[in-house]
Amino acid sequence: MDRFAWTSGLLELGETLVVQQRGVRLYDGEEKVKFDSGVLLLSTHRLIWRDQKNHECCIAIPLSQVVFIEEQAAGIGKSAKIVVHLHPASSNKEPGPFQSSKYSYIKLSFKEHGQIEFYRRLSEEITQRRWENMPTGQTIQVNKDSQAGRIRAVGIVGIERKLEEKRKETAKNISEAFEDLSKLMEKAKEMVELSKSIANKIKEKQGDITEDETIRFKSYLLSMGIANPVTRETYGSGTHYHMQLAKQLAGILQTPLEERGGIMSLTEVYCLVNRARGLELLSPEDLVNACKMLESLKLPLRLRIFDSGVMVIELQSHNEEEMVASALETVSEKGSLTADEFAKLVGMSVLLAKERLLLAEKMGHLCRDDSVEGLRFYPNLFLTQS
Amino acid sequence: LLQAKYKERGTVLAEDQLAQMSKQLDMFKTNLEEFASKHKQEIRKNPEFRVQFQDMCATIGVDPLASGKGFWSEMLGVGDFYYELGVQIIEVCLALKHRNGGLITLEELHQQVLKGRGKFAQDVSQDDLLRAIKKLKVLGNGFGIIPVGGTYLIQSVPAELNMDHTVILQLAEKKGYVTVSEIRSSLKWETERAKQVLEHLLKEGMAWLDTQAAGEPQYWLPALFTELYSQEITPEEAKEAIP
Repeated sequence: MDRFAWTSGLLELGETLVVQQRGVRLYDGEEKVKFDSGVLLLSTHRLIWRDQKNHECCIAIPLSQVVFIEEQAAGIGKSAKIVVHLHPASSNKEPGPFQSSKYSYIKLSFKEHGQIEFYRRLSEEITQRRWENMPTGQTIQVNKDSQAGRIRAVGIVGIERKLEEKRKETAKNISEAFEDLSKLMEKAKEMVELSKSIANKIKEKQGDITEDETIRFKSYLLSMGIANPVTRETYGSGTHYHMQLAKQLAGILQTPLEERGGIMSLTEVYCLVNRARGLELLSPEDLVNACKMLESLKLPLRLRIFDSGVMVIELQSHNEEEMVASALETVSEKGSLTADEFAKLVGMSVLLAKERLLLAEKMGHLCRDDSVEGLRFYPNLFLTQS
Repeated sequence: LLQAKYKERGTVLAEDQLAQMSKQLDMFKTNLEEFASKHKQEIRKNPEFRVQFQDMCATIGVDPLASGKGFWSEMLGVGDFYYELGVQIIEVCLALKHRNGGLITLEELHQQVLKGRGKFAQDVSQDDLLRAIKKLKVLGNGFGIIPVGGTYLIQSVPAELNMDHTVILQLAEKKGYVTVSEIRSSLKWETERAKQVLEHLLKEGMAWLDTQAAGEPQYWLPALFTELYSQEITPEEAKEAIP
């Protein structure tokens, strides 16, 4: 905070207002300072903070002092913040509210939101460094720039007028759509708060809440896209929607699975199903959550997750371990195979071919030769010949 | 008896709140419908507005893309836009995987996706691609986003890439290739460590070795070859892409 200097808050000639935001509190490093409620203004040259109650109290810092900025997400009871890392104060800096500081950064806390836009604009200004092209001076002079020629220096009044023009322009530019969106988000936020409150009740009651109520709650969360505050999953599995979906998938995927040797990666399933639907597509999470229910619903397919994290859908009748035995035969016939070669021979995707060979290796049937030429699998002679 | 009464009271409170939520949900649905009738086109056509929309949702703790059954998806159509984009991204990555080992720059991905979508499709921005990719991760396919230089490399295979690998990708970004000497001088690594990391990239098909380069061997990353950007996806490659 020792980089700030007192200022009148009026823009210099050649300095333009970029964006402003009410309800900003300042931090010196991690510590709150008395500047707790102000309007933060970003110009092409400076970051200015003016106290909302006392307009005389106004401080500023040149943008050239900024090293870099970071975003700090909002938390429970905490506003979102922008952390601004600063160069040390220059020796000829004008007097300011703090003589010294043990921190080399400040934080801007957005109690009334607006941090997203502000961060974006601040990033832009720091990148573009417009202050280098438009040096401002204390003396008022006629602006030689042809574009701004019409705005002549006529003292303080001229500068105030310029500020006012900018403000009006900004106001016009905020489209109706954005305003409507903001209002909508306020309402959505209320829903989030309510869901947190209900989740707390559920946590406290632990067993007094009926399964029916839990399912209802989950489906409400699903409609709004709110993560389940209790389990932290995005609405988790177990809604009626996912049960229906699981049954549908069992129907749709039976034939494709049979055509592909009984196994498909979840990515392939996602593409297949959504291409077929054309409209009202499934989200990746919808698919995963539905597949998680396949087994418990006793459907003829199941979800399997390999060690690598690769997720597949298998027919219940499919036995990957048996397929491994035939894979071993294939590899033995050829002496050795890479996943690519095996995939081509058998007519599988490379991803699944690799998983089968890895499983065979895990079961002890194959050995690997890992070189820069690639990963090659050989029959495990240690096992067979001992 | 007192305790039982308190318990009962507790149940009633939750039921009340659920009923309240249900009512508010209906009201919200109406608000959203109204918003959609006025601004649905704005979302479809304007990538900038989509960014605003997504950012605002994130700020309040809402994920409009979590489910196709969510209000946002049903009424604003945002879901279909991103889920379909997901399919197109998967297809492009699968088609080009044999060329680049499963690594592709966001720029190239963007170009190829736009080509695939045709002239009359909605505009798609790089931000849109990133959001679609973030959603795809949950399918367990190894999709990942790696920051390099001023842009991103998109990983689409379940290969393990740790911080060492990422740092080398970032180093290689400027010229499209990297050498062991460069790694030693820029990152101050031992030769052994550099070689291990480079070998992993070679094995995964993400790097190619040029032993005939003047001086010392060069490790090229096909994902970063700018010459390949304009190359079309061949019919054979396209077959690889569609299940």
